[in-house]
Amino acid sequence: MKRFLAGLTLGAAALAAMPAAAQNIAITNAKIAAGTGAAPVEGTVIVRNGRIASVGAGAAPAGMEVLDAEGAWVTPGLVAPYSQLGIVEIGGVSQTNDTEAEDSPYSASLDVALAVNPNSTGIAVSRLEGLTRAATAPSPSNDLFGGQGAVIELKANDPDLVVKPRAFQMIALGEAGARYAGGGRLAVFTRLKDAFGEAQAFARNPNGYDFGRSEDSLLTRSDAEALVDVIEGRTPAMISVDRASDIRAALTLKEDYPRMRMILLGAAEGWLVADEIAAAGVPVITTPMQNLPSRFESIASTQSNAGRLVAAGVQVALSDIGNSTVSPRLAQEAGQTVAQGRIPGAAGLTHEQALAAITSVPADILGLEAGRLIAGAAGDVVVWDGDPLETRSAPTAVFIDGVRQPMTSRQTELRDRYNPAAADTNLPPQYSRSR
Amino acid sequence: MRNFLAAAAALALGACATASADSPRTASDSSASSESVPTIDRNPYPSTYRPYGSVPTLITNANIYDGAGNALMGGQVLMQDGKIAAIGQSVDAPADATRIDAAGKWVTPGVIDVHSHLGNYASPGVAALSDGNEISGPVTAEVHAEHGIWAQDPGFLRALAAGVTTLHVLPGSANLFGGRGVTLRNVPSTTVQGMKFPGAKYSLKMACGENPKRVYGSRGRMPSSRMGNFALYRMTWQKAVEYDRKWDRWDEKVEDGTAKAKDMPTRDLQMDTLRGVLDGDILLEQHCYRADEMAFILDMAKEFGYHVAAFHHAVEAYKIAPMLAEANTCAAMWADWWGFKMESYDGIGENIPFVEAAGGCAITHSDDDLGIQRLNQETAKAMADGNRAGLSIQPETAWTWIGENAAKAIGLEDEIGSLEVGKRADVVLWNGEPLSVYARPEQVWIDGALMFDVNRPELRPVSDFELGQPGEGDVK
Repeated sequence: MKRFLAGLTLGAAALAAMPAAAQNIAITNAKIAAGTGAAPVEGTVIVRNGRIASVGAGAAPAGMEVLDAEGAWVTPGLVAPYSQLGIVEIGGVSQTNDTEAEDSPYSASLDVALAVNPNSTGIAVSRLEGLTRAATAPSPSNDLFGGQGAVIELKANDPDLVVKPRAFQMIALGEAGARYAGGGRLAVFTRLKDAFGEAQAFARNPNGYDFGRSEDSLLTRSDAEALVDVIEGRTPAMISVDRASDIRAALTLKEDYPRMRMILLGAAEGWLVADEIAAAGVPVITTPMQNLPSRFESIASTQSNAGRLVAAGVQVALSDIGNSTVSPRLAQEAGQTVAQGRIPGAAGLTHEQALAAITSVPADILGLEAGRLIAGAAGDVVVWDGDPLETRSAPTAVFIDGVRQPMTSRQTELRDRYNPAAADTNLPPQYSRSR
Repeated sequence: MRNFLAAAAALALGACATASADSPRTASDSSASSESVPTIDRNPYPSTYRPYGSVPTLITNANIYDGAGNALMGGQVLMQDGKIAAIGQSVDAPADATRIDAAGKWVTPGVIDVHSHLGNYASPGVAALSDGNEISGPVTAEVHAEHGIWAQDPGFLRALAAGVTTLHVLPGSANLFGGRGVTLRNVPSTTVQGMKFPGAKYSLKMACGENPKRVYGSRGRMPSSRMGNFALYRMTWQKAVEYDRKWDRWDEKVEDGTAKAKDMPTRDLQMDTLRGVLDGDILLEQHCYRADEMAFILDMAKEFGYHVAAFHHAVEAYKIAPMLAEANTCAAMWADWWGFKMESYDGIGENIPFVEAAGGCAITHSDDDLGIQRLNQETAKAMADGNRAGLSIQPETAWTWIGENAAKAIGLEDEIGSLEVGKRADVVLWNGEPLSVYARPEQVWIDGALMFDVNRPELRPVSDFELGQPGEGDVK
C-alpha cells in the first residue's frame, strides 16, 4: 500500500526495487478505442507524467519519444472488476493460496492488502493479455463476509501493487450465504442484520463498545469495526448473488442502510429484475460465458444477461469465470457479448460498450481514474496486434502509469525454452534462459 | 467465481477417462463348439441412435475449413442420405436439393470434443447429479461413464448451439483406472442409448498424478504417491495380461469346438475392460499433465503391450512433443488453462501449436461445460500464440485440432472430423469466420439432419430440466 510504504525510511534494497519512472510518450497512428463507449478514432495518444495528457488528431510534440502504432488498435489497459490476482499462485497448493482463511475466527476484517504478492506469476501473464488494474478479492469461507478486497495495478518490478486497500467488502448471499449463515436462506438476513447492528453499535461508541456489547453477538470486535465502513458507505459491499429473488432481497438493504453502497457480483438472473437494479442505481459485475443453470440459483443464466441489463440502464462490468486460470480472460468475455448481440432473439453489447465494460465501467465501479483514454486518466495504455476482443489478438506494448512494461512472463520463458523454432543445443533445455 | 478452490478441485477431478460402446469383440459369441457353452454379450447397452430425417442439401458460396487441413473459398458442399456426397468449388446436386446460399458465411465439419463430462457432472451441479467419479477405489475399470450420464443435462444443448456434434464423455480422474468412456452424437434424447455413436469404441480412462494420490492418500490407502500410482497401474495391468491369456485360451477352445462349459473362466468386468485395451478394442485415454509422467506412461504401455490413444490435458506436451509424435499418441489440450494445481503450473499458450509443429496429433479439448461452447475460440487463441512464437499455422490447419485429429483420438477418423465424401454429414454453417470470437453457428446438421437453426426457435431444443423454469426457451 502506497501510504504505508511512504511512511517508512527506504533502505538501499527498497530503492533498488523502486519502479521505473514514467516516460513521456506519444503513440501515433493509433486506432484509438477510448474505452468510454465512443467509436474508435484515428489519432495520437500522448502520455505525460504517468497520465493521459491528450487524445486527438495532433502530431507528437517535438522531442517526445514516439511509438508508431501503424494503425493498430490502442485501448486503455483492461480493468478486472473481480479477480484473485496476487493472492493465489496455484489454486490447489494451499500454502500459496491466500484467497480465504476458513479457520480464522475473523471474517469481515480479513484483508488481502498485505497478502498481495507482487511477484506472483499470474500478474505478468495477465499483463500480457492487456490487464493493467484489477480488484483482487477474498472468498467468503467461514461467514457471509469474506473480508476486504483491494485494487492492484499490474506493474512489473514494483514492490507494492496495491493502489486501493480495503476497496470493497465481499458478502455472499444466495446458496453460499445460506450455507455460511447456518444452512438456509432464512438465516441469511438474520445474520446480516445482527452483524450490521453490531457495527452500528461500534460506530456509535467505539471506546465503549465492549461494555455495551450484546452477550450473544457472533461478531468479533474487529469484524464489527470493518463493517462500519460498509454500512456508512465508505467501503462498497461486493455482494455475490445470482437468483432474481435473492437480488431483490439484497436491494432491500438500501432501505435499512441508506448510505450503504452495493456492487452485485454474478447476478446471473439479473436480467429478470433489471429494472429494479437500474432503479436502485446498483452496478453489476457479471460473467458473460456463464449460460448454464450451474446452480439452482442461476437457472435463467444466459449470455444475454449483460446486454439486457445495459439496455435497462444498469452499469455493467464484465468478469471472467476464473476457475481454470489465475489470469482473467476479460477480452474474450467481452467478445461473447458482441457475438450474442448478433443472434436473433438475444441481447448483447456493441463493440464499444463491450470494451467499456472491461475498462472504464469497472474503473468507475472501483473508484479509479483509469480505464479510459481521456486527458487526466491514469497512463495505462495497450497497443494490440488486432481487434482487442478477438482471442487471436494480443498486446504488443503495455504501459502502466506511463511506464512501459516488459513483455515477458514465466510463461514466455517456458515458451522460449521449448520453442521448436529455437536453435538446438547439445545441452538439456534447462541450460537455456532468455534473461 | 465464488469458490475458486472448490471449482478448481472439481474440474481437476473432472479431468479424465474413456472407452467405447459397441465393442466389436465377440469371439465368445461365435461358438463352433459341439457342446453348448455360455456366451457373453459384448454390447449389452447398444446404441439406439438413428439419424433424424434429412433432405438433400446443397450449401453454396461457402468459405470452408474442411477439418482435414484444407480451406476452400466460395465452395459447395452437398449432403445427401446423411453423408457428405460432394465437396468442391462447384458440385452436381439433385434438382430437388434444398439450396442454402452461404455468401459471407462459413462451413466446417461439426465440432468434436474428445473430453467432456456433460451428463456425468451435469448442470445444476448438485451432489445428486454428481456421477463422474466412482471414488470408492482407485481401480474401477468396470464402471461405465454412460451409466452415470443424465441425458437432460442442459449442457448438451448449449454445446449443440455451439456446433458440437460429437463428444466423448469420460469418467473423472479421481481413480487410476476410472472406467469406460463413451462417444455420443450430440442429439437431444431421453435415453443415453439414443445418443450413443453407433459402432464407436469405448475408451478406458486412466489418470496420472495428483488426483489419484490425493484422493486415496488422504484416506490412508494406496496410492498416496506417484510411486504408488505406477505400482498399482502395473499390478493391475499384470493381472490383465494373465486374464487376457486365460480368455484367449478359452476363445481358442470355443473356436475349435473343444470348449466345455465347466472350463469357462470366471468373468471379471474390471479385467474385461483392460483386456479390451490389450486387444485394441478399447481406446486408452490417459489424463496426464506432466512431461516426465507421460514419458513413463508410454514406457508402461510398451511394457504391457497396449497403445495410448491420447494424453488428455497434457499441459506439458510441448516439452516432449517429438516423443508424442513418435508414439503416435495424440495430445488433447486446453488453449490456456494453467496454475489451478501444481501439475498445471507450466501451462503455456503455445502448447497446442508446439505439438502441431512437431508433427503430432494436436487436439483442442474442453473438459468443461462452458469451454465446450467455444472450442473454435480456444483453437484460434492457441493458433495465434503459436504464430506469434514464430510458427505459421493456417486457420485450416488449426481446425484439424477440433476436426480430424479429434476424430482420430476417439477412433472415428473414418466417419467424422472432416468434410470428406462418404463421411457422416456433420456440418456447421457459421455466421462469420469461425475462428472469430464473434462467430456463432447458424445451422447445425448431424448425419445430414438439421438439428439446430438459430433463426428457428422450434429448432432450439429445451431439456426437460429447463421446462417450466425462468428463461425456458431463451437464447442462451
